[in-house]
Amino acid sequence: MSGLSLPTSSGTEERLVTTSIWTIALLVCGVFLWIVSDVVLNGLAGLSISYLVEAPAQGGRAGGILPILVSTLSILAVALIAAIPLGLGTAILLAEFTRRGGTFPTVVARSLDVLAAVPSIVFGLFGNAFFCVWLGLGYSILAGGLTLACMVLPILIRSLEAAFRAIPDEYRLAAAALGMSRTRTTLSVLLPQAAPGLVVGLVLGVGRVLAETAALLFTSGYVDRMPESWLDSGRSLSIHIFDLAMNVPGGEPNAYTSALVLIVMLLLINGAAAWGADRWVRRATGTS
Amino acid sequence: MSLSSVDGRVLWLLRLMGAASCALVVLILFFLISDSIPALRELGPRLVHDESWHPRELAANGTYGMLPIVIGSLTVTLGAIALAAPLGLGSAIFCQFYAPRPVATVYRRLVELLAGIPSVVYGFWGLAILAPLIAEVLRPPGHSMFAGILVVAVMILPTIALISESALAAVPRATVMGAAALGMGRWSILRSIVLPSARGGILTATILGVARAVGETMAVVMVCGNIVKVPGSVFDSVRTLTANIALEMGYSLGTHRSALFVSGLLLLLTAIGLTLLVAWVERRDPLNGGGGTRG
Repeated sequence: MSGLSLPTSSGTEERLVTTSIWTIALLVCGVFLWIVSDVVLNGLAGLSISYLVEAPAQGGRAGGILPILVSTLSILAVALIAAIPLGLGTAILLAEFTRRGGTFPTVVARSLDVLAAVPSIVFGLFGNAFFCVWLGLGYSILAGGLTLACMVLPILIRSLEAAFRAIPDEYRLAAAALGMSRTRTTLSVLLPQAAPGLVVGLVLGVGRVLAETAALLFTSGYVDRMPESWLDSGRSLSIHIFDLAMNVPGGEPNAYTSALVLIVMLLLINGAAAWGADRWVRRATGTS
Repeated sequence: MSLSSVDGRVLWLLRLMGAASCALVVLILFFLISDSIPALRELGPRLVHDESWHPRELAANGTYGMLPIVIGSLTVTLGAIALAAPLGLGSAIFCQFYAPRPVATVYRRLVELLAGIPSVVYGFWGLAILAPLIAEVLRPPGHSMFAGILVVAVMILPTIALISESALAAVPRATVMGAAALGMGRWSILRSIVLPSARGGILTATILGVARAVGETMAVVMVCGNIVKVPGSVFDSVRTLTANIALEMGYSLGTHRSALFVSGLLLLLTAIGLTLLVAWVERRDPLNGGGGTRG
């Protein structure tokens, strides 16, 4: 935590360093305000209800983003449905069923470190080769969502694991004293206790999926029509911004509006996570 | 605690899931290698020696010199890290030792928000605002290595700031207060006590920053201009490995597609190398090597 008050001594070097540190902080704030105000001011101009409920026209220059929102949420749904069971299972394995430092958990943890460091464009290549070509899914919402499921898995597992590790051992010991099996303990004691932490982890994953572009370029594709099945190509909001900015002359105003919609979605989700984490901490400190 | 027979079966199920999560790394490696093999076999050293990058479906019809693109990736990464590492560390020091408590809280929240902005939005800002500004004030064309370095630096700064900060926070308070009691100034304490003990964590933060910069795609493809040529100055257009994949993968076939997988494999191996490097730093400096990397 911050707020350590150290003596402010006078020497020239000290003053020089203090000035540069404050300058850096102001610079970072300035860049942040510059980017955010640019997107908000330019994005608000085109934002309306009709923008959210209409289909795009003229390559996105006119109309709205309804099919794109539907595709984005479908990709998100696929990613979560695939990643949650696997992530939760692995997190429970690491936190509750193995000893820290054993060979198997170490191997799993190291692989997850590597997975977390893989650039998203490489996930895109893998998704294209494995889901689109080898499994024959083609450019589709299913292929895009599954690719993103692989991508969020390490973040998901780590935050879900942290949620379990945060539960005091008294719960486990009390459950064991009552003769409950470990499976029963996990299901009826630990899972409810960890729930708020699990939600926070989930929300982090959702944020990553919504922000992702590169991994979707050649897995879910560019098609901006309303998707009719999981095997249809669907354009995510992030790809819509990319396409409008790069490939559509005159697409800039609507790229701003789409960027604003994306940022607002992420902020709402982040806010919900912060709120959830706060409530969790309060509940944890209140009850134990 | 002993395991009942139900637990035994559940444990096997969970082990299966854990193994599946691990297997994903192997699967990714397998598919990247197997799709790289045709290009590696047909082109081999041509990937380095060919004069230019004009890939075709059939190996004989095209040229596949990847060197300018590799140089593009390296220069953008080095430039971005040279900017973002000092600024990120400065940010972390500001939060921990210079800002009054309420300011530090707000500032940290702001850096976290900066970390949450999608890369495509950074790229769009660079494309719409930064590149034209560079073209006007400094030198055209604006869509340049310089724009790429600036945008990537802004993007990786939060990563470096947040991880370095947790490394600084891990330095024992008693040591810091002891030095203050001896009458040392703020900067002397930082320079001679805090920074040396947080070295491992700061190094980890920088390596993770490098990893993000090498792998960044969207922001780079939008602001760098993407011409395949060894850049003569920072104001020249440049193409990185990631941008190359993003631009060409959609229509590539045959040897061309396989050559793109070679560049993906190169990125993957770089990422694995950097992960191993972080693990090595953490082992050498267990006290505060990891900083905030382990949730």
